[in-house]
Amino acid sequence: MAGNRVSVIDSDVRSAAPLPSTPSLDEAFAGLNALEQFEDAGRPRFARRAWRATWPKLLALALILLVWQAAVWIHWKPYILQSPATVARQLWELVGTALFWQACWVTAQQVVIGYVLVLVIGAVVGTAVAQIPVLRAAVGALITGMQTMPSVLWYPLAIMFFGVSSKAIIMMMILGAAPAVANGFISGIDQVPPSLLRVGRVLGARGLSLERHVVLPAAFPSVLGGMKQGWAFAWHALMAGEFLILVNPLSLGGRTVNAVTQGEWAVVVAMMIIIVAIGVAVDMAYSTVDRSVRRRYGLIDSSKI
Amino acid sequence: MSATIDAMTISAPARVTLDGVWKAHGGSEGLVALQDVSLSVEPGEFLCVVGASGCGKTTLLNLMAGLDRPSRGEVDVAAPDGAPTTTAMLFQDSGLFPWLTVAANVELPMRLRGIGASERRARATELLERVHLGGFGAKRPHELSGGMRQRAALARALAQDAGLLLMDEPFGALDAITRDLLHDELESLWLDRGFTVVFVTHNVREAARLGDRIVLLTSRPGQVAATFPVELGRPRRMDSPEIADIAATVTDQLRQEVGRHGR
Repeated sequence: MAGNRVSVIDSDVRSAAPLPSTPSLDEAFAGLNALEQFEDAGRPRFARRAWRATWPKLLALALILLVWQAAVWIHWKPYILQSPATVARQLWELVGTALFWQACWVTAQQVVIGYVLVLVIGAVVGTAVAQIPVLRAAVGALITGMQTMPSVLWYPLAIMFFGVSSKAIIMMMILGAAPAVANGFISGIDQVPPSLLRVGRVLGARGLSLERHVVLPAAFPSVLGGMKQGWAFAWHALMAGEFLILVNPLSLGGRTVNAVTQGEWAVVVAMMIIIVAIGVAVDMAYSTVDRSVRRRYGLIDSSKI
Repeated sequence: MSATIDAMTISAPARVTLDGVWKAHGGSEGLVALQDVSLSVEPGEFLCVVGASGCGKTTLLNLMAGLDRPSRGEVDVAAPDGAPTTTAMLFQDSGLFPWLTVAANVELPMRLRGIGASERRARATELLERVHLGGFGAKRPHELSGGMRQRAALARALAQDAGLLLMDEPFGALDAITRDLLHDELESLWLDRGFTVVFVTHNVREAARLGDRIVLLTSRPGQVAATFPVELGRPRRMDSPEIADIAATVTDQLRQEVGRHGR
C-alpha cells in the first residue's frame, strides 16, 4: 500500500533537474525562526491584573459585612454581637496601640522560627523518604496520616515535653505542618519524569548534582504547593498553641484570650479579623509565586494570567 | 564564528564496539531486546540504525550511553588512542529543562564540568548562534517551537564536547521542511567537528540522507539483519534519486524482516 506512494514520489524526483547544494542555511533558519515565533500579545498590565484579582474578593467581603449588619439589625443575640462599625472602630483603636504591635512582633518571631524549622525538617524528611525505598516503606504512610491530624491533638504531648513554653508551641507547629511540606517533596520527586533523569545523567549529573540540577528543580512546583499547605497548617498550629499554651499574654493569640476573659467582644472580633488577614495575606503571596513559577515552567497558558 | 568553535577542546571522536551483546529486560527470563549484536562504529563515522518498532533501538543507545549494562557481551566506547571521551545524546522530545532558560540549558553540561561562568556564557552564545538560535537564549523552552527546541538541544549536546553523539529519532516529530533544514544543520556540524554519530530512526530515507552506513535491525529480538554502505558525496539532498534508490533497497529488506513476524 505504502509502496505505491513511495514510487510516485520517486518518479517526481527523477524528473526534477539536478539540484544545487544547500541554499543559504542562515537565511532559511532566519525565516523559520520568524515564522515559528508566535506573536506574544503580552500580559495585561499590572493594575488591570490586580483589579481582576481583587474585585471578586471585595464583593465577597461586602456580602459578609451585609449579612453581619443584617444580623445586628434584626437584633440577633444583641448583647454579644456588635455591629461592623463598632468592631471597625475597635480595630482602628487597636492598631493605634503599642501593645498591638508588640503582640504582632511576639507572634512574628514565633512564626518565623517555627515555619523555618517546619520547612527545613519537611524538606529533609521528604527528600530522604522519596529517595530511600526502605524509609518510604517504613514511614511514607505515617507522614500522610499525620497530615490529617488536627494540630490541637499534639497539645497534650507538647505540654508534657516542654511545659508551658514557646518550645511547646513550636513542637505543635512542626508536628502539624512538617508532614505537609514533606508530602510536597515526596510527590514532587515522585513525579519527576524518568526521561529528565536520563537527560541529566547523559549531561554528566550524578548523585548530589543530579538532585541539585534535575530532581529538585523538576519537583519544585509541587514542593511549592507543599510549602504553601505547610504554611496554612503552621499558622493553625501557632494560633492553637497561643490560645492553649499561655506562654506570652502579649502575643496575638494571648491578647485574644485576654479579651475573651474580660468580655471585650469587639476586641475579640477585631483580633480574629487580623489573624485571618495575616493568614490570607501569606497565602496570597504564595499563590502569586506559585503562578509565576508555573508560567516560567510552561505549565500554564501564559495568556490566562 | 565557526573558527572559534573549531578551536575549542573537543574530545577525540570515539570508536564504538559492541561484541556479542545481549540485553534482556526483566532478568534473564524476560523479553530479549537485543540478541547477539556485534557492531563497530569507526571514529568520525555517521552510522544510522533503522528498524521496525520493537527492534531495541533505544536499548542499543542506552547501552552505548552507559545508561544501561548489557546482560551479556561487551560495549566499548573509547577514543582510538585511549584518550577519555564523552557521550552526548539527543532525544525525540528535546529534553530541555523547563526551569532553565535556553542559554542556561546549553550552559548546564559545562557547569557540571566546572567551567567558569564567563566562559560558559560566551560559549553558550556561540553555540546558539551556530544552530541559528542567536538572540533566543533568554527564552524558556516552552516559548520555542519543536524545531527550535531540537536545535537548542543540539547546542546543549555540542556543549558537552562529546566524541560520540547518540540520536534517538530526534527529528521524528518535526514537519518535513524543518526536518530537512535540520538535516543540513546536523550534517554541516558533523563535517565541522568530526564527532562519531549513531543516529536511530524509523525513517529509511532520513537514514540514507544522513548516514555513511545504515544498519538494519530485526525486531524481537533485535539482531543486525544487514548493513548498507551509503557511498554518496555530501552535502546530500533527501529528494535526490540516489537517496531514493538506497532507501528503496533498505525498505524492501525491512519489509521482509517485518513480514517474517506475521507468519
